[in-house]
Amino acid sequence: MKKKIIVIGNGMVGYKFCERLKEKDTDNQYQIITFCEEPRPAYDRVHLSEYFAGKSAEDLSMAKLEWYKENDIEIHIGDKASSVDRVAKTVTSEKGLTLEYDKLVFATGSSAFVPPVPGVDKSGVFVYRTIEDLDDMMEYAKDCKTCAVIGGGLLGLEAAKAAQDLDLETHCVEFAPRLMPRQLDEAGGTLLKDIIESRGIKVHLNKSTKNIAGDGKVTAMEFADDTILEVDMIIVSAGIRPRDEVAREAGLTLGPRGGILVNDSLLTSDPDIFAIGECALYEGMIYGLVAPGYQMADAVAEQLVGRDASFEGADMSTKLKLIGTDVASFGNIEPQVPFKELVINDPHSAIYKKLVVTEDGKTLLGGILVGDADAYGNLLQLYQNEMVLPEDPMQLILPASDGSAPGGAGVSDLPDSAQICSCESVSKGDICSAIEDGACSISDIKKCTKAGTGCGGCMPLVTDLFKAKMKESGVEVSNALCEHFDMTRQEMYQTVRATGIKTFDELLEKHGKGTGCETCKPAAASIFASTWNVPILEQPSLNDTNDAFLANMQQDGTYSVIPRIPGGEITPDMLIIIGEVSKQFGLYMKITGGQRIDMFGAKLHELPEIWKILVDAGFESGHAYAKSLRTVKSCVGSTWCRYGVGDAVGLAIRVENRYRGIRSPHKLKSAVSGCTRECAEAQSKDFGIIATEHGWNLYVCGNGGMKPRHTDLLAVDLDEETLIKYIDRFLMYYIKTADKLMRTSTWMDQLEGGIEHLKDVVINDSLGINAELEAQMEHLVNTYECEWKNAINDPEKLKRFKHFVNCEDTDETIEFVDERGQIRPASHEEKKQLVEV
Amino acid sequence: MSNEWISVGKVEDFCKDLGGCVKVDGKQIAVFNVKEKSEWYAVQNLCPHDNRMVLSRGLIGDASGTPKVACPLHKHNFDLKTGEHVSEGDVDDLTTYPVKVEEGTIYLQMV
Repeated sequence: MKKKIIVIGNGMVGYKFCERLKEKDTDNQYQIITFCEEPRPAYDRVHLSEYFAGKSAEDLSMAKLEWYKENDIEIHIGDKASSVDRVAKTVTSEKGLTLEYDKLVFATGSSAFVPPVPGVDKSGVFVYRTIEDLDDMMEYAKDCKTCAVIGGGLLGLEAAKAAQDLDLETHCVEFAPRLMPRQLDEAGGTLLKDIIESRGIKVHLNKSTKNIAGDGKVTAMEFADDTILEVDMIIVSAGIRPRDEVAREAGLTLGPRGGILVNDSLLTSDPDIFAIGECALYEGMIYGLVAPGYQMADAVAEQLVGRDASFEGADMSTKLKLIGTDVASFGNIEPQVPFKELVINDPHSAIYKKLVVTEDGKTLLGGILVGDADAYGNLLQLYQNEMVLPEDPMQLILPASDGSAPGGAGVSDLPDSAQICSCESVSKGDICSAIEDGACSISDIKKCTKAGTGCGGCMPLVTDLFKAKMKESGVEVSNALCEHFDMTRQEMYQTVRATGIKTFDELLEKHGKGTGCETCKPAAASIFASTWNVPILEQPSLNDTNDAFLANMQQDGTYSVIPRIPGGEITPDMLIIIGEVSKQFGLYMKITGGQRIDMFGAKLHELPEIWKILVDAGFESGHAYAKSLRTVKSCVGSTWCRYGVGDAVGLAIRVENRYRGIRSPHKLKSAVSGCTRECAEAQSKDFGIIATEHGWNLYVCGNGGMKPRHTDLLAVDLDEETLIKYIDRFLMYYIKTADKLMRTSTWMDQLEGGIEHLKDVVINDSLGINAELEAQMEHLVNTYECEWKNAINDPEKLKRFKHFVNCEDTDETIEFVDERGQIRPASHEEKKQLVEV
Repeated sequence: MSNEWISVGKVEDFCKDLGGCVKVDGKQIAVFNVKEKSEWYAVQNLCPHDNRMVLSRGLIGDASGTPKVACPLHKHNFDLKTGEHVSEGDVDDLTTYPVKVEEGTIYLQMV
């Protein structure tokens, strides 16, 4: 007969206890029963605000109902355990169920603490705790414009973020003189307030709410200093209260201010009853973080399977992202021993960092990081393992001069006992043995050790450790392109240039092995093009999806067609040609972000016909399908604009025509603005040019896409000749040294010496290669040929431009539907006819 | 099901180290050659990841010597010999078809 364990409460900690016990109970001696008062099983409350950002309740769930079934855990959803009879050893639920237990675990968690302010019962006052709370808030917020959050601590700021996500004008009201009073000092709190206010949340400090006004519904908050804040809605997030009412009824000993009293074994005053998580009071302390809760769950599960385990308090170190800002604190920032403080306070960059070290500067006692908490993982390890600090501990928090991560203890210096993941209690040793046992990816490590599956804060450290370990064992340290070439892209580029090799077959035979793959073939094709500038369809088997057919493949296997429109300047006649072609072939039309026109829905066999018409009319390939120059966007410049100081369109056309078709490691975008108002957005481009009173400023290595980056200023007030010379050098240096598929922005981020180094190379010729770079560019410019013009005159190249090799049929699985007067691909559901395989 | 060998074109109709799509009994089959037309493979043209008729337009190559095709849409890789999906993610395997070359003509068996 199995022993019965009843777990009251199915929150994160209750769930974690079930999971841990199930894992440890290999003899299957326990039957687990758990009560869950909420309508769904445990979910990730730490990331609750992501519910507003679009995550579903399901996304947040810790485990699906099937998990409980598979693990033979009896879960009573939507039923609250309402009383415990300690003599009969039974639990009775609200729905009238009475079940016996051998051991009982309280994991009832906490509820929001609502201060006893008159008016808190008015409608429009919410707490921020459960998915239901969030649903209610969303509903109510529909008619609201402003919202105040009571509480400027961790939870309060989370709630403020949620209110902002609801498009409400948000106020954060804190009783203490600073934000996060428990974790931050005055300077850190001040900076955090500045950052948060700059993100549009108004912060009110030293405010004690004396009344919530309104006739049934909230309309305003009245403070003790007689000021008033008009609001439509209030979220109370001022702290937590342990849920101890059932324990109290059952006669268990509670703390003077609540909380179920537990000892080192997490036993309550009844030897068969444990309490874990936020309902448990250990040495006068309620632990409101998930990591200590998990540690308690683990300790109880250990004891139940007969092993020694105890809870000895937990570290309250924490790192979070609050309203887009990193905030972390660890250790003791006001220690009882003599100490020194090392502080960086840079309001300009919005960074505050403080380290508290022993008087001799050798041991780290605690610290605070606001604005940039990248160093948290390392610092926490130094602190927890009491490691000896480097000579100048300031180096630990100073940004490194080359832009790389701050120095300090690398993961390899950590002892094996160092705890990497505190949520799941995973040590460095655990992760290392997982790797030695064959875990060969980060996801493997997460799977077999559970590291990083709680708050996720340790992931950078796990990744570093994985890389270091892999390097140690000689696995995957090589930056080889792929299994066929034991060289980097840069090395392949040098090889091709130095040897004069012009075909993939020769390159493979002399420097590689096997038959190649979708990684090395396009890389080689790009390098051949960057070096010899031969039309890419000369070696068709190397070209990736888009290059293979000189067009961009869309989701349904059709293509889009973009002719080049240099600088975005186009005559009515040319515009009419595009319109006519589009009409003739029934294409969908859209203006692109790069000031040109995209035509979608062309079938493979139509591409040569379409391009024949376009080329005959004087259009050229726009290379929208290629890793090469896309467009040079421009404003109208001094030609028309009242403010323009330079001819932006003229220069844009010259620049676009100069660099068109040049294959590079990744795509290149450019823009020219006619004045400092910067309407062409040149500072977000791979290279951007802005007119000045005295010439042109050249900016490089910007990006507006996935990871936006503003350009760096390379040179000012250039005449056009010098400007072009600098761009030639810059582009060729990038082509020479970047990795495959590396945009200029990423290239700059990892370029040793950064912009200063690039200036030195491009302007001062510090490497002595400028003559070479210019000659290489000159060759590319002089050998330019429109790929489409070349292709439509070469039957061999057009051989693949038909859907079937053995007949003239077209692909009948392509279907369009009408939308806003144009075509779009039919969805799978819309396709009535079944696709036969 | 027939064991009949069906002609789907001449060797010169296909580009070296590439794929081409052929239509047999209304079905779309992707035919690939590797090592300069010395080895031939045939699989369904439909990529089962997003159900599009595009595989014949994918790049081919090998993984540890085993020939493979990478779908041009999302780079899912399939073993050309067995049709097995060899990338990450849960995607069905491909149907493969026997293929042979006789006197410059490519034949498929629709079994």
